Amino acid sequence: MEIISEGKGQLIGWHDPDEHRQFVLENKSREMKDKTMKVSEAVSRFIKDGDFIASGGFGHARVSMNVVYEIVRQKKRNLIMAGKTAVHDLDILVGNGCVDRVEAAYSFGYEIRGLAPAGRRMVESGRCKVVAETSNAGYQWRFLAGMMGLPFVPSRTMLGTDTGRYSSCKTVIDPFSGKPINLIPAAYPDVVFIHVHRCDIYGNCQIDGILVEDCELAHCARRLIISTEEIIDNEVIRSEPWRTVIPFYLVDAVVEQPFGSHPCEMQEKYFFDEEHIAEWLSLSKTDEGVQKYADKYIYGVKDFDEYLELCGGLKKMRFLQERENLRVPLITPWRK
Amino acid sequence: MSANTSANNKYNVREFIAFTGAKVLQDKTSVFVGTGLPMIAAILAQKTHAPQLLIIFEAGGVGPILPELPISVGQGLTYYRGVAAGSMHNVMSICQAGYIDVGFLGAAQVDMYGNINTTCIGDHEHPSVRLPGSGGASDIGSLSHKTIIIVAGQSRRTFVNKLDFLTTPGYLDGPGARERAGLPSRSGPYRVITQLGVFGFDNKSKKMMLLSVHPWVTVEEIRDNSGFDIVIPEKYDISGEPGEKDLEILRTQIDRASLIIGK
Repeated sequence: MEIISEGKGQLIGWHDPDEHRQFVLENKSREMKDKTMKVSEAVSRFIKDGDFIASGGFGHARVSMNVVYEIVRQKKRNLIMAGKTAVHDLDILVGNGCVDRVEAAYSFGYEIRGLAPAGRRMVESGRCKVVAETSNAGYQWRFLAGMMGLPFVPSRTMLGTDTGRYSSCKTVIDPFSGKPINLIPAAYPDVVFIHVHRCDIYGNCQIDGILVEDCELAHCARRLIISTEEIIDNEVIRSEPWRTVIPFYLVDAVVEQPFGSHPCEMQEKYFFDEEHIAEWLSLSKTDEGVQKYADKYIYGVKDFDEYLELCGGLKKMRFLQERENLRVPLITPWRK
Repeated sequence: MSANTSANNKYNVREFIAFTGAKVLQDKTSVFVGTGLPMIAAILAQKTHAPQLLIIFEAGGVGPILPELPISVGQGLTYYRGVAAGSMHNVMSICQAGYIDVGFLGAAQVDMYGNINTTCIGDHEHPSVRLPGSGGASDIGSLSHKTIIIVAGQSRRTFVNKLDFLTTPGYLDGPGARERAGLPSRSGPYRVITQLGVFGFDNKSKKMMLLSVHPWVTVEEIRDNSGFDIVIPEKYDISGEPGEKDLEILRTQIDRASLIIGK
């Protein structure tokens, strides 16, 4: 195939498909064994400085915040993160100096709430590098190619744009249609962490609501940490196997953490904690503020349960459940 | 006129933009919506003239009947009373396969061919402002049949001759460029809606062309607030005004917290 153009973005997390098959053969056990562990053990065992990481959900909806805070607590450094619609998950990690490189589809923003003070400051001051651009479809098709064990998937997006020119894609002439087609390279993140509604001790997972790209992401992950609202019996999984989105053989660790997505949304369970997000958006305007936040909410507590207590405990969680069910009105304390 | 100025004592410009955006959407069509004003416009259309508007969100929400404005295109509300709660692969694939009639986007910068920048202001390596990037916009602008773009603050800084970064394709550098690049044929920008007017694209040159000016705006203001020459035809319309019912729905149902329309 004739290559018409090549993006100048850094190709991160790509492996030859045979190399990946060998990794799977040697490292991904088919044994059904109890994978439950503490978040501290999951993060220290599977995440190394310099790793390429990706977070499930949608940046501030169904994200594994207990893993995110633990990465900060263990002071992981020089991580490269998939900005695959990355919002609060990325901002905490960039702001606290854990992530210093990003491949950006959607990063450094909080959707309707505006831009991310911490992420913007880190990029604009050169402390965090954007090593490649892509689009949301582009990223999830990177994961799809990985899931399929292929070197790339073809697509018709990003053609003719700077997004494509700064990506790691290659544009070729499609031998079937004779038209230009964009080849999106596979991604195999070193470590992925995904928060789910429920799973068993082996890692068979159910997710309520939209899946975003978590099916693909779970399949292309080299190591996969699952955090879950609750652990259920394997018999429940077996009584409705069509509900399993992520099967056990993809999973390396299971961490039980109720309200583990806080302050982000957990669909069908609890809403964004807008008060807490507002506090972060306000404090994270300065490096000192980021430190103050981390001292209070991450280093100052012994675990995620203690953090939840500090955020308002059961009373606050009940309010967030009421809001998710639209029984109380939206509050927007991050507005000036 | 800045985006937060009241147009008159009946409505403000953001309410006017939302109403104008809603009117462009037709019943029994599909629309892929981005965050902010496009969402508001789509919800208003669904609550008024387009009850069968099929709304699609990039994280997998399909066909919701939206009770209020979502904060995120990936939260639970995006499939509220929907027909499917799917995945990004699912909705991006149907977009690529031709099921999306209209992609509806916001923009930080736009040029005469309807190309959009949402990535950075200044140099990419050393940006003066780092913006979020494409998100789903480059996909939506590539793969939908038509694209509608909202720029709430049209000025020489937002209607620019040259984008700092071409995130999402419009007509690229002119007629035939999308097809040459490999983008789906006969696709591309359809309308640009700002606080001053509504624009389409000249069929031959693919350059932005005035279609209607808002009731309180002059053509001089349209010209003065653009870094490129907008095609001004001999005949153009005056944009229609929202009725009391539209405004009531916007204020009391869709955006009660006045998050977007009150900005």
